[in-house]
Amino acid sequence: MSFSDRDLPGDGTITALFSCGACGREMAMLTNPMETQLVTSLGVEIGGRTVPEQPLQQTRSRLDAPRDDAFVDEEASLAGDPGSSSTIPATEHEFVRIRVTWTSEATDRLAGVPKFVRGMVKRIYTEYAQEKQIEVITPDVMDRARSDLGLEGM
Amino acid sequence: MAEPTSSSGNTPREGSVTRAHTVRGYADLTGEVESKIVEQIGEQHARLVSRLSEVGAIIVIASGKGGVGKSAVTANLAVALAARGARVGAVDADLNGPSLGKMLGLLGSQLEDRPDGIVPAVGVAGVKGISTDLLIEEGVPLRWKGPAHDQFVWQGVTEAVALREFISDVVWGPIDYLIIDIPPGTDKIGRFLDLVSEVGPSHLQPDQVLLVTIPSEVAGAVVARSATQLLEGGVPCIGLIGNMAGYAQPGRDELLPLFTGPSAGDIADAVGLELWSEIPFDPVFGSRTDNGDPAGAEGDSIVAQVFTDLAERVEHGPGGREEKK
Repeated sequence: MSFSDRDLPGDGTITALFSCGACGREMAMLTNPMETQLVTSLGVEIGGRTVPEQPLQQTRSRLDAPRDDAFVDEEASLAGDPGSSSTIPATEHEFVRIRVTWTSEATDRLAGVPKFVRGMVKRIYTEYAQEKQIEVITPDVMDRARSDLGLEGM
Repeated sequence: MAEPTSSSGNTPREGSVTRAHTVRGYADLTGEVESKIVEQIGEQHARLVSRLSEVGAIIVIASGKGGVGKSAVTANLAVALAARGARVGAVDADLNGPSLGKMLGLLGSQLEDRPDGIVPAVGVAGVKGISTDLLIEEGVPLRWKGPAHDQFVWQGVTEAVALREFISDVVWGPIDYLIIDIPPGTDKIGRFLDLVSEVGPSHLQPDQVLLVTIPSEVAGAVVARSATQLLEGGVPCIGLIGNMAGYAQPGRDELLPLFTGPSAGDIADAVGLELWSEIPFDPVFGSRTDNGDPAGAEGDSIVAQVFTDLAERVEHGPGGREEKK
């Protein structure tokens, strides 16, 4: 059995799907909300971490009534400049860094993310694009990243 | 999900039934299916250790008792140290009742979000700081997302992780002192000690712990519990600070009594701690602190002199700049 997918049904549970490479049988594991909350409260990713942990990630993703203007992105262009590019400093997840631009549609969609976590989310998408050598981030790329990285809860 | 294995290396307990297969513990799991939670926790600890490697000394301000003026002592000590040229950071560990943000003049600051961490706000005298004050709307209590019922199950863990992030995910840079303002409750002291001294290659300890009391039998009793916890935790340097040790009338040297309870010196003797400082209550000094302009060692008031002496004591204490010379 190997891990194949996970889902967040929306009631605080996590569904983890496992499948057998030989016979194709699948088995799902469903956690209860309390267990899920307790483990994720540790600041760990169930199913393994797919993207590097972001600064104050646990605090930012868990606060119920955050101040929308608490954070300012280091890039002045982040707020919504169509076609803006990003250069992200090297992390432990090294890859050849390319110049990444955002379409206006993708930027509009990013503008819908609360400012409290917007910089963090943009960084994750940009890293994903750089890792996949994708030069232009579109809404489709964002969807793919969400699926590939298991960002349903973010 | 773990496959049974006989190669875990676990030794069956004496008297237990020896089985053909031993169920693996979580730490024994390998392969791609597991969450690698142990490794994730290890990475978090490594980040904490890495961040603290740039900190000269961790100074903890605690009490166990509420309302004794820990945050005011923290703010004024931070400013007094900064006035001596020290590079100072301050963490408001009182997530639910933050006040250090206001006292250090941090409110209204935006935190710069960088890949290598969050750049802290800079307040009075260049003191860097982080507080939930900066993250949540004014007048709104701290609430976490999660199942609405039985929050006690996970809330403590969430807050411990938030405190860890306040230390490990903030770009403090090279600083001489990181001052941690611990909220009331002896359990909070233990939680912080657990946080910094998690099992790992580096065993971290606060360099100095200053327990704050007031001249009150009740406060002294709570501080005694805190001192016991710290001593059991092996914290090497604990000093007692007696706050509100008399009423300092502006412009006069004479102190008027505020409390009829035991003095900080009596409490120190009873608890077995060294008395580091006695701080009188000065309404002007207090008002400045409440309004985000702590005087620290500035001026020639009695309280300013006390903070001058306290800052010097900290500088000569374990991890202090003078001690390292």
